[in-house]
Amino acid sequence: MLDILKAPVLTFQEFIGLSARAMSGVVRKPYYWDDVFVQMDLIGVGSLPVVILTGFFSGAVMALQMSRALQTYGATSQVGQIVAITLVREMGPVLTALMVAGRNSSGMASELGSMKVTEQIDAMRALGTDPVMKLVKPRLIATAFVLPLLTVLADFLGLVGGWIVACSMLALTTGSQYWNTAWRALEYNDIAQGLLKPFVFAIVLSLVGCFYGMRASGGTQGVGRATTQAVVVASVWVVVLTFVIGRVFVTM
Amino acid sequence: MSGETLPCILSFEDVTFGFEDEPVLRNVTFSLRQGETLIVHGAAGSGKTVLLKIALGLLRASRGTVRVFGRDVTGLREHDWFDVRSRIGVLFQEGGLFDSLSIEDNVAYPLLNQPLLAAPQAEIDQRVRESLDFVELGHTLDKLPSELSGGMRRRVGIARAIVTQPALLLYDSPTAGLDPITANTIMALILKGRDVQRASTMIVTHRHQDGEILERYRYDEASAALRPAGAKGSPSFTRYMVLDQGRIAFIGSPAEFDLCADPLVARFASR
Ligand SMILES: Nc1ncnc2c1ncn2[C@@H]1O[C@H](COP(=O)(O)OP(=O)(O)OP(=O)(O)O)[C@@H](O)[C@H]1O
Ligand SMILES: [Mg+2]
Repeated sequence: MLDILKAPVLTFQEFIGLSARAMSGVVRKPYYWDDVFVQMDLIGVGSLPVVILTGFFSGAVMALQMSRALQTYGATSQVGQIVAITLVREMGPVLTALMVAGRNSSGMASELGSMKVTEQIDAMRALGTDPVMKLVKPRLIATAFVLPLLTVLADFLGLVGGWIVACSMLALTTGSQYWNTAWRALEYNDIAQGLLKPFVFAIVLSLVGCFYGMRASGGTQGVGRATTQAVVVASVWVVVLTFVIGRVFVTM
Repeated sequence: MSGETLPCILSFEDVTFGFEDEPVLRNVTFSLRQGETLIVHGAAGSGKTVLLKIALGLLRASRGTVRVFGRDVTGLREHDWFDVRSRIGVLFQEGGLFDSLSIEDNVAYPLLNQPLLAAPQAEIDQRVRESLDFVELGHTLDKLPSELSGGMRRRVGIARAIVTQPALLLYDSPTAGLDPITANTIMALILKGRDVQRASTMIVTHRHQDGEILERYRYDEASAALRPAGAKGSPSFTRYMVLDQGRIAFIGSPAEFDLCADPLVARFASR
């Protein structure tokens, strides 16, 4: 029993070690701003199409599914409120994070993984740079900055998707009523939650991607394994953390 | 020539290392003196790469003492290793060239990133050019590593290793996977790097010819050619080491190496 637990516990310990070094590194020199901007471009601009599409259709589908339930209560005018709350609190952050996990955690794991197996990470250390500062920190900073922005964008496009379905397709409500209820439904608490979540997810997504990349071993096969593990672990963390953060906010 | 009086550049005392529970190096003890060349042979998986990585501080010995340039580095923190590493040049087995950087930036990397080697940009450019000219790749400055052949990449690796003019050079399998002619070119460059800068050199190799070249030839700066050692000036100062499953099976002079009766060692000698 202890033997089964030993490996995951050791892995988690290593992960915490890397996280601590990367996070304490955020406030220390050296900064490689070029790498940060490259990563922002890669994560932010690169993820735009997929975030736009998932955001838009998740809002649309929500309005669609809610329409029946709301009709039975005669509360179709509330559709904006429901779409807004579910999107901002939950769907926007989680779906965006899952997309970025699939695109960027995997990308980080495979990039750093191939650097590891071709001894580029060793070469970095041998030639005077700390890979945590040079590789992990820029990815951490870039993701933490970009993911909340992507989430806001997804939230907004989801509302637009819901609006198109609710007003044009199903004629559940008028446009002004939709936006009115949506806007008024959102409390300070929801916005805080909707922005805190992507920030926390960003830290986890980037660190998990880098962690599995940096510990890849065993040639190209190892890189593939690292990539898969990174996506799976990052996605699971997102789902678990959204519950944990949601729980904290609900009791507040 | 008595090597005993020269300062010790690298020494391992009873070093043991293992990944998880599996021992990879066991009770390894040796030293490398100034200007000396140590040729390391050993079967695949015998721990040669691990040995070099411990010398560079990329891996940490589980037991024993490691000294580099006379300094005890056994428990050195990563941060303090950078100063030590700035005086070591290394060519990795897998190349370790940064594939997102151009050849020029690859070779300039140690000069730009080692705090102790900071220099004005113009000087860096010049040294990078010199170093690439040295390996006859001056025309590839703007190319990416992926655009070069395997032998050319190996040469860029050598250029990057010697650009800092290190006192200690570590080469991991520099000729592996190359055709004999390219391999000999690489060895000539390594020889040249060793003799021009008088660096201590530790080289891991699978080819016995590589050892012979290092043992029997010297690079003569005046005539810019290889000459048999001993013909002029001091004889080269070479020793062989054979690793077997993490233990030193043999370490000694070329003559002892040639005469060693141990079948395991004889496999690597040219007989
Ligand atoms: N990252 C690692 N994790 C676990 N074991 C490793 C790791 N790297 C190397 N080993 C093991 O350590 C032993 C020595 O490896 P090393 O790379 O030093 O061999 P080598 O002598 O350089 O072989 P080759 O001639 O094939 O390069 C091998 O048995 C290998 O399986
Ligand atoms: Mg090796």
